[in-house]
Amino acid sequence: MTRPDSAVPGNAVPADSAARAVMSSGDVSRALRRIAHEILERNKGADDLVVLGIPTRGVALARRLVKVMEEVEGTSVPVGALDVTMHRDDLRRQPTRSPMHTDIPGAGIDDKVVVLVDDVLYSGRTVRAALDALSDLGRPRAVRLAVLVDRGHRDLPIRADHVGKNLPTSSSERVQVRLAEHDGDGDEVRIAGGEPR
Amino acid sequence: MSALLITGADLAGAGAQDLLVEDGVITEVGSVRTAKGADVLEADGLVALPGLVDLHTHLREPGREDAETIASGSAAAAVGGFTAVLAMANTSPVTDTAEAAERILDLGRAAGLVDVQPVGAVTKGLAGEELAELGLMHRSRARVSVFSDDGKCVHDARVMRRALEYVRAFGGVVSQHAQDPHLAGPTACCHEGELSGRLGLPGWPGIAEETIVARDVMLARHTGSRVHIAHVSTAGSVDVVRWAKAQGIDVTAEVTPHHLVLTTDLVSGYDPTFKVNPPLRPLEDVQALREALADGTIDAVATDHAPHARHDKEHAFVDAAFGMLGLETALAVVSDTMVRGGLLDWAGVARVMSVAPARIAGLADHGRPLATGSPASLTLVDPSAEVTVDRSASLSLSRNNPWHGRTLRGAVHATVLRGRVTALKGAIS
Amino acid sequence: MTAILTAQTSPGHTRQHLLSVHDLSTDRIREILETAAQMHAVQRREVKKLPTLRGRTVVNLFFEDSTRTRSSFEIAGKWLSADVINISGKGSSTSKGESLRDTALTVAAMGVDALVIRHSASGAAQQVSQWVDAHIINAGDGTHEHPTQALLDAYTMQQRLGDLSGRHVAIVGDLTHSRVVRSNLICLGKLGARVTLVAPPTLMPSGIASWAASDGFELSHDLDAVLPTVDAVMMLRVQRERMSGGYFPTAREYTVGYGLTRPRLDALVAANPEAVICHPGPMNRGLEIGADAADAAQSLILDQVSAGVAVRMSVLYHLLAGEEGSAS
Repeated sequence: MTRPDSAVPGNAVPADSAARAVMSSGDVSRALRRIAHEILERNKGADDLVVLGIPTRGVALARRLVKVMEEVEGTSVPVGALDVTMHRDDLRRQPTRSPMHTDIPGAGIDDKVVVLVDDVLYSGRTVRAALDALSDLGRPRAVRLAVLVDRGHRDLPIRADHVGKNLPTSSSERVQVRLAEHDGDGDEVRIAGGEPR
Repeated sequence: MSALLITGADLAGAGAQDLLVEDGVITEVGSVRTAKGADVLEADGLVALPGLVDLHTHLREPGREDAETIASGSAAAAVGGFTAVLAMANTSPVTDTAEAAERILDLGRAAGLVDVQPVGAVTKGLAGEELAELGLMHRSRARVSVFSDDGKCVHDARVMRRALEYVRAFGGVVSQHAQDPHLAGPTACCHEGELSGRLGLPGWPGIAEETIVARDVMLARHTGSRVHIAHVSTAGSVDVVRWAKAQGIDVTAEVTPHHLVLTTDLVSGYDPTFKVNPPLRPLEDVQALREALADGTIDAVATDHAPHARHDKEHAFVDAAFGMLGLETALAVVSDTMVRGGLLDWAGVARVMSVAPARIAGLADHGRPLATGSPASLTLVDPSAEVTVDRSASLSLSRNNPWHGRTLRGAVHATVLRGRVTALKGAIS
Repeated sequence: MTAILTAQTSPGHTRQHLLSVHDLSTDRIREILETAAQMHAVQRREVKKLPTLRGRTVVNLFFEDSTRTRSSFEIAGKWLSADVINISGKGSSTSKGESLRDTALTVAAMGVDALVIRHSASGAAQQVSQWVDAHIINAGDGTHEHPTQALLDAYTMQQRLGDLSGRHVAIVGDLTHSRVVRSNLICLGKLGARVTLVAPPTLMPSGIASWAASDGFELSHDLDAVLPTVDAVMMLRVQRERMSGGYFPTAREYTVGYGLTRPRLDALVAANPEAVICHPGPMNRGLEIGADAADAAQSLILDQVSAGVAVRMSVLYHLLAGEEGSAS
C-alpha cells in the first residue's frame, strides 16, 4: 500500500479541520533554528557543508536552515535540491510522477559533508533513495540527515541525525506539513486521523 | 429419393403454399392434401426462394486447401442457402484449361452439396497477356461460360477487347475485376481519402475502378458483347453502369454483401479482417450501392467469399491477404440491410440472389420460378430469426469473418438441391 | 493521480502503450518533456545511470533498419538500468516467414516488459498491441506515426524557443510518405503551435484539405511565402526514388521549389534571426536542405539527436516505472 503522507510533491496541503495541530508556526521556526545550530556544532563550523533539500518541502526547509547558518557563521553555505524519484524502490506501487529538479551547487559533493533535509521521516525509503542518488553524483565524505518530523514506522535501518520533533503516530494517521512557501498562511504540522486500514 | 412435402411456405412473397417435390422436380403447388410416403418439411412462417446462386466465390482448391476446399466451401454454401456457386479461377494452378475446369466440376459433384460451376480464366495464368483456352473450357464437361481473371484486372484494353469478342461465339461473358493497376497498385488497400491519409495506408481511389468500368462498357458497346462487372464498390461505378444500361449496352453488375453495409472507417484499427479488394468505401458509396441494387442498376448480390488461413491475415495491414468470408452470412446480411431497410421485398431478394445470377451465369437449372415443373432447388428463409454471428461456428475452414458479433435479422432455415435437403438449421443434412 | 500515458490499452490487457501522439493529452506531453529535461541533465553527468528500470527487459523489435532510432532507444533503456535486447524481425508476408503475430508472440513469450517496435507497415504497432501482453512503444510504423520523434522535436524546439504555444512551425517536404509529419502535427497542435504544411500537391496526403480543415492546420505550395512568417521550419527527407512515381520531375526542380537553399536560409534569418531549423534525419544534403542551412547557427539538427535519448528515457520511465493498471 502506498503511504498516504509521501505526498505528491508540489501539491498544497488543504486545510483539514479534522486534523489536530502538533507544531505551530513558532514551533517550526524554533525547531529549525535549533537544527541549524546542531548541524554547525556537529560539523564544528560551516566548512565543507553542502545542504541538499529533498523536493518538495525539503528544499524550502533546506533554504531556511542555510539562512540561519549563514547568519550565525557569517559565511555562505552551498544549498541545493536532490530529487530522488528515479531512485525509489517503491515506484511500482504508484502511478508515475515527473521527477523534480536536481540542483547540485557548483562545487559538487566530493569530499563534502552533505546534509540531506526532508520534512517527514517515515519508512526511510526516500532517504535510502537519496543515498543512492548521491552515490551517482559523487563521493561525499559524510552524509547527515535533518528532518522536521520523525513519525516512526521505519521499513529500513535509517535514522535522522537532527530531528525537529518526534511524533509517535499510528500508521493509519496522516502527517501534514504546511509551509508558508508552498501552502500560504503560516507554517504548521498537523496529524489527521487516517482511514481505517 | 423419397418425395418431399414442404408445407406453408410463403413463395417469394406471393403467399403461403405447399410444395410437393418428387424426383427432384416440383410436381404440385398449392394446398397439397395427400403425399404418401413423403418426408414433410414444415415451413410455416418461412419464405421460400429459388435456390441462391453465387456468381463469385473462391474455393481455393486446388492449391490452398489449408484455407478452404471444394467440400468445405460447398458446405458453407449450402448452409448459406446456395444451390449453385461459381468458383473463381485464381486457384493454383489457375483454372485456364478444360482439364482444370473439369477437375473442379468433378470435385464439386463428389461433395454433392451444391452445384459448383467453374469459372475460367480470361488469360493464361492470369498474366493478362494471352487469352486462355476459352473455347475448350466451354466445350468441356464443365461448360464454362463465365470467364474472369478475378484477383487481377484484365487491364490491357486490347486483351479485354479480344476476350469480349471471342466469347460472343458461344454466349460467354467476361466478369471484370475493375482495378487499374497504375492508379491502385498491389499495395493499395484503403479507400483513398482523408482516412487513408491519416492512417498512412496506401490509397485505393474509386477512379481506379471507375475508369476501367467506363472503358469496358464502351468496349462492350463497340464489340456488341456482354460484359459483367464484379464487386462494384463506388457510386461512380454505379453512375457509369446506369448510363450504360440506358444506352442499351449489355452490361450486368454484382455487389458484395459487405459493400452494402461495411464502411471504410472500420479500417481505423488496422484490423486485417476488414481488408478486402476492392476496399470498404465511405457511407455515400454504400448508400448508392443499396439504391442501385434496389432499382436494378446492379443485377445481383455475389459474395466474393475469400477464405484465408489465419497466418495470411495475421500480418501488418498492408501485408495481410485481401478478402472476407461471405457464403454463410450473405442472405442474412441482405435480409437485414435491404429487406428490413425497406429497399427490397422477398421477390426482390429472389431476383438479386437467384434469378439474375442464374441468368448471367447461364445456369438453366437454377433461378427458376417456384412452380410446377421447375427443378426443386430452393431456399427456405426465416425472415424474423435474429442470429448473432459467431465466426467460430462456421463450416468454412477459415475464420476471416467481418460479421462476427453482429446480430442479423433473417436466417436460412433449409436448403434443397433438386429435391434433396442439403442443409437444415445451420447444419449439413 | 492518474497514470501518465493514458494511451491505447488493448482489449483484455490493461497495459499502457505509446502508439500515437493522439493518445497523449497536452498535460501528459508537458510532463514527458519536463522529465526529459531532467534526463538530459543525467546525460551530462559522469555516472550516466539511473537504477529506475533495473530488472526490466526492453526489446527493440525492428522490422525495418534504423540504426539511429534503435541505438537511441538502446542507450535510453541502458541508462535507466533496463536490460535491452535488439531483435531484427522479418515481418513481410512476401518473405513467407512467420506471421507478424507469431513473431510478436514468440518474442513476448520470452518475458519482456516493453516492445519497441519499428515496422515498414502503418498500424503494425497498434496491431501488435492487440496480440501481445507487454507495453508497446511505436518507434515508427510505415507512413503513419513516430511519436517519440515528435516529442523530441517539440522538446528541442522548446529548449531554444521556449513555450511553443502561439509559435508558427512550417513542415516542408514529402508529407505523403512521412510518419514524422503526422506525429508532429498532432504534438505541435496539442502544444498550441500553429502549423503550416508545405509541399507540391503530389506530395500531400490524400484528403489533406478536409483533414486540415478539421484539425486546424494550414497548407501551402509556396515555401517562399511561408518562410518569413515562421519561428521554426522542419525539413523532411525527400527520397530521390519518388521521382519514378511521378511525384516530382527532377531533383533540381524539387530543390528550386522546396529546398532550404542558401538564399532561403538568408531570407529566413533576415525575417526572424531567432528562427530555428530542424530535420529528423537522415539528410539528403543538397536536395531538401542545403549544407549552409544544415550547419547554420539556427540549425537544431544535432540537438535533436542528443534530445532523442533524453526523451526516450522519459517515455520508458513513464511507461514502465509506475504501477500496472488500467488507464483512465
